[in-house]
Amino acid sequence: MPMQSAIPQPVTALVEAFSRLPGVGPKTASRLTYFLLRAPDDYSLGLADALAGLKAQTRFCSNCFNITVDDPCPICSAGGRDATMIAVVEEPLDLMAIERTGIYRGHYHVLHGAISPVNGVGPDDLKIRELLLRVEAADAREVIIATNPGLEGDATAMYLQRELADADVTVTRLARGLPTGGDLEYVDSVTLMRALEGRSDMV
Amino acid sequence: MPRQSRSIRTQAIILSRRDFGEADRLLTLLTPSRGKLRAIAKGARKPNAKLSGHVELFARSDCLLHQGRNLAILTQAELIEPYLGLRDDLQRGAYANYAAELLDRFTADDEEDAGGLFALLDDTLKRIANARDPRLATRFYELALLDVVGFKPELSECVITRMPLLPEAQFFSSDEGGVVSRAGLSLSQSRLLPIELDSLKLLRHLQRNANTYAEVESLRLSADEHGRAERLMLAYIAHLLERRLVSAAFLERLRGG
Repeated sequence: MPMQSAIPQPVTALVEAFSRLPGVGPKTASRLTYFLLRAPDDYSLGLADALAGLKAQTRFCSNCFNITVDDPCPICSAGGRDATMIAVVEEPLDLMAIERTGIYRGHYHVLHGAISPVNGVGPDDLKIRELLLRVEAADAREVIIATNPGLEGDATAMYLQRELADADVTVTRLARGLPTGGDLEYVDSVTLMRALEGRSDMV
Repeated sequence: MPRQSRSIRTQAIILSRRDFGEADRLLTLLTPSRGKLRAIAKGARKPNAKLSGHVELFARSDCLLHQGRNLAILTQAELIEPYLGLRDDLQRGAYANYAAELLDRFTADDEEDAGGLFALLDDTLKRIANARDPRLATRFYELALLDVVGFKPELSECVITRMPLLPEAQFFSSDEGGVVSRAGLSLSQSRLLPIELDSLKLLRHLQRNANTYAEVESLRLSADEHGRAERLMLAYIAHLLERRLVSAAFLERLRGG
């Protein structure tokens, strides 16, 4: 393409790198690149440092597989948290969402995905074996399955329930129902059904 | 031919979906009139999204799509048939994964007039959700699907000698796409799998009744009979697709452990 050759190679390289990011198309990638070209040096150098540090300084926690700088991670090594309670989530961001509620004082386990054979993800691609070993080793009382409510998350939950059937542990699943601020009129029938099934006494 | 409208209202079955962008989902849909197509459901991952529960994986929904430059955009959706039985049961859910993966792999995007395929998948998901024997429903589906996409295995005559098959155990050639009789054995160049008489009879029965599930649903098969027929079909399908399906491996795992 003759147009391309007018743009210096370092610029196209960064545009290409940006456009591989989730949610970033070629236009946004160019905009970001040209913004950095014009920005003060320390701005782009700071970004470069942050990027380099991201991979070099982080690892998986060997206990819960959250992303961390220190192993074990701050949550696993914190005093005052209940190590016999393990909330199983799909992604580190799900863990953060539960932490933001401020009411959960147990530990976590990050699976890094959900079972979805149609997308090529089977049980061996997730940190499931690690969870089973951990439940046994930690003498866990309760495993709270907090995978996403949807076919993949539900399949993962049912699979875990099956695998944990022989372990001496209570397996629970996050309740599902209506979102705050939602509108009944727009709720799908499956969600509404689960909400009816899971209705609770008003206290 | 009239120009295709930029907006279509259609029923669709969600074959697969993955996260896209900040809070969107990229869906692969099967529709009766446009075949398989990809559409973006904007904001579908937010809990308050109107769309999210209406475009669940392996559900049938009434959809309003707008044709964008590359991908269609899903603007409205209403869940019609969730095939509930396959959501509460790991095994049935795994069969649904397999059915959807097969359809996805055997079809190309934007094939018009996929009404037959759509009805087949709809019927199959209903059966997988509710039927006594989802494994039988799955075999039935495989044979019906292979027929539609042009890979119908030859189960009535020997692919080498072209003679009608005798009722006996013989061989199956994935390369030749059918059964090789004992007489044709020495003439075949391809890799052969044994096919027992019960598998041959079962698969032939399913193939001959490809439009009438009622004719086959009362069959009662032992786990061994199922296993033999399944191994053969999986081998043939893996050969056609040149890959082993993750969904098939997952089913095997569920049965084993």
